[in-house]
Amino acid sequence: MANLNLVQAINLALIQEMEKNDGILLLGEDIGVNGGVFRVTEGLQKRFGGERVFDTPLAESGIIGLSIGMAMGGLHPVPEIQFEGFLGPAYDQLCSHAARMRSRTRGAYTVPMTVRVPVGGGIHAPELHSDSPEAIYAHTPGLKVVMPSSPYDAKGLLVSCLREPDPVLFFEPKRIYRAFREEVPEDEYTLPLGKARVVCEGTDLTIVSWGASVVQCMQAIEKSNRSIELIDLRTIYPFDVDAVAESVSKTGRCVVVHEAPLTCGFGAEISSRIMERCFLQLEAPVQRVAGFDTTMPYYKLELDYLPDAHRVTRAIEDCLAY
Amino acid sequence: MPITTAFETKIDRISILDEKGNFDEKLGKGLIPDTDLIKLYEAMVACRHLDEVAFRLQRSGRMGTYPQNMGQEATSLGAAYVLRQDDWLVTCYRENCGLFWRGVPKEAILLHWMGDERGNAMPRPHFATPIAVPLGTQMLHAAGLTLAAKYRGLDRIACTFFGDGASSEGDFHEACNFASNLEIPVVFVCQNNFWAISTPCKINSAAPTFAQRGIAYGMPCLQVDGNDLFATVYATRLASEYARKNKKPYFIEMVTYRLGDHTTADDAKRYRDQAEVDLWKSRDPITRIKNYMVARKLWDDAKEAALLERVERDNADAVSRAENITAPDRADFFNAMYEEVPADLAIQRDTMHTHSLGQDPSQLPPEAQARAREASIAAAQH
Repeated sequence: MANLNLVQAINLALIQEMEKNDGILLLGEDIGVNGGVFRVTEGLQKRFGGERVFDTPLAESGIIGLSIGMAMGGLHPVPEIQFEGFLGPAYDQLCSHAARMRSRTRGAYTVPMTVRVPVGGGIHAPELHSDSPEAIYAHTPGLKVVMPSSPYDAKGLLVSCLREPDPVLFFEPKRIYRAFREEVPEDEYTLPLGKARVVCEGTDLTIVSWGASVVQCMQAIEKSNRSIELIDLRTIYPFDVDAVAESVSKTGRCVVVHEAPLTCGFGAEISSRIMERCFLQLEAPVQRVAGFDTTMPYYKLELDYLPDAHRVTRAIEDCLAY
Repeated sequence: MPITTAFETKIDRISILDEKGNFDEKLGKGLIPDTDLIKLYEAMVACRHLDEVAFRLQRSGRMGTYPQNMGQEATSLGAAYVLRQDDWLVTCYRENCGLFWRGVPKEAILLHWMGDERGNAMPRPHFATPIAVPLGTQMLHAAGLTLAAKYRGLDRIACTFFGDGASSEGDFHEACNFASNLEIPVVFVCQNNFWAISTPCKINSAAPTFAQRGIAYGMPCLQVDGNDLFATVYATRLASEYARKNKKPYFIEMVTYRLGDHTTADDAKRYRDQAEVDLWKSRDPITRIKNYMVARKLWDDAKEAALLERVERDNADAVSRAENITAPDRADFFNAMYEEVPADLAIQRDTMHTHSLGQDPSQLPPEAQARAREASIAAAQH
């Protein structure tokens, strides 16, 4: 056991899996000597050599396209896209190729690849360094989308991703890269993709969230005197609808919390699924606490944009008032 | 300070057998043994014939949109002939001749255009990637495939094909840059066929050649007559030997011409002159080889007649295999998305013919529950 932050937990997962599987190669901008702009790949080039951990030209589409070829050629590439805002240039390779290769070839060619992407706001970063585009990729059949909310989860989920036969976007919430530490076993363990975690149990209301917002939700729950269940999705797609339906069927009330814009955010899908699966058990309409349908503001106003414990508390109260 | 020259270059152009029958003995002698030349000619004739068959299939409603390869047979065939069987051939959609030479079954290509993904399930031993519709993106895959081979210590290169239009896409430039800087042995082949649907090549590049696009990435570059099989073989041999030896990329522009429409959905008469098409018909890569072989007494009318008979039979068999394949399971597309179908997706699959798509039937009112049960029984019987 070691007391690790999220960055260290990811670094450890990479080391341990790279030692087991020599087909895992890391590539991206500034990930080699520099260890990545967030230092997630710190020391890995020195440890595994320049052939397995290498810097690429500054071209995100190129990074993903190259990785797709590597994956089709039998490796498990782990490209890093430096910030989620830079996924745009790679969209075509991700969605037109990585997501479709298995289907297009009926399984003759597959793309086992883990795309690591720092995500989300709250670190006073410039434009296009603070967005939450997970719903775009959850809406792209063929991809899997993962977002851990803690160091323990990050290690277990990343190890699963590195053993996945299909392409995964592994979003790393940069707001909690170094926000806290927790005990992370050095021994091998995996957390299954597509399975949510019940963070705390409750009977009055269910909160569904993921990534850095889970921390905000916990703050709101700690302040509340009601019995609230918190579900951390861990994986956005495949979506663990059963875990959500089971909880909401029990509590009859649900608040969904995410950083991404409200309209067509993944909360919309969750809300819709709850309608389908829990309509007869619902005591109140599903509430959403989300980013707004605006561009993520520059950092002076980013805390006004991001869901915080206060807004979550208000949503809990409103939902319980029915 | 005097102005000095930072860099100077020139682009060589290779032509060995021109449309008038002139043959450059110096470059061409011994390049293709006669026995091989006959086989290569036969392959081009077979490919051209299948192209015509596919066109007629589309016109009679038996095939979807199809992009004719007519006129460009010598480009990919020259490359496939030179490459080793385990070098990657990473193509676009006008390289049928090279793919067939490689051993990709004809019905694989037909099935693709008949709207059946199973056509792309080409067996891996062919080392040929599936047809790529996203334009100008596959060159990066060629680089990745070759990087994987290099990492595994395999002596394997890739040859990737794309058009003059695709060379305007950003991914093309990124692929050149990656291959060059990361030392990945890829032979880039730009098939300049003058037209990207209706866009003339001058809108895709204002430079005198497409070959010089490679210069910016530090690659050796060459332009060849792409309708001259000898020239495409010569260039690919030069390029592949260079790539293999130096572990670096090489750039070839093969100048050819799209004799047909862009696809069966296109009408090229709207934007180009018949005189231009006629000029290029006189430069046909197949006629050129035939005349050369006849002049050298390697070929005659009897052989031609026998070949056509064989080709017609083979291609009819390929069409028959493509058309008579068992219909895919109606839920087939669900099962190919991931190695394991996610539970939620399995529900969508299993309820695809009922109204309850992913819903929980227990949430329905009693009468609707009964209807849902009936619908699901009917769907199961169907």
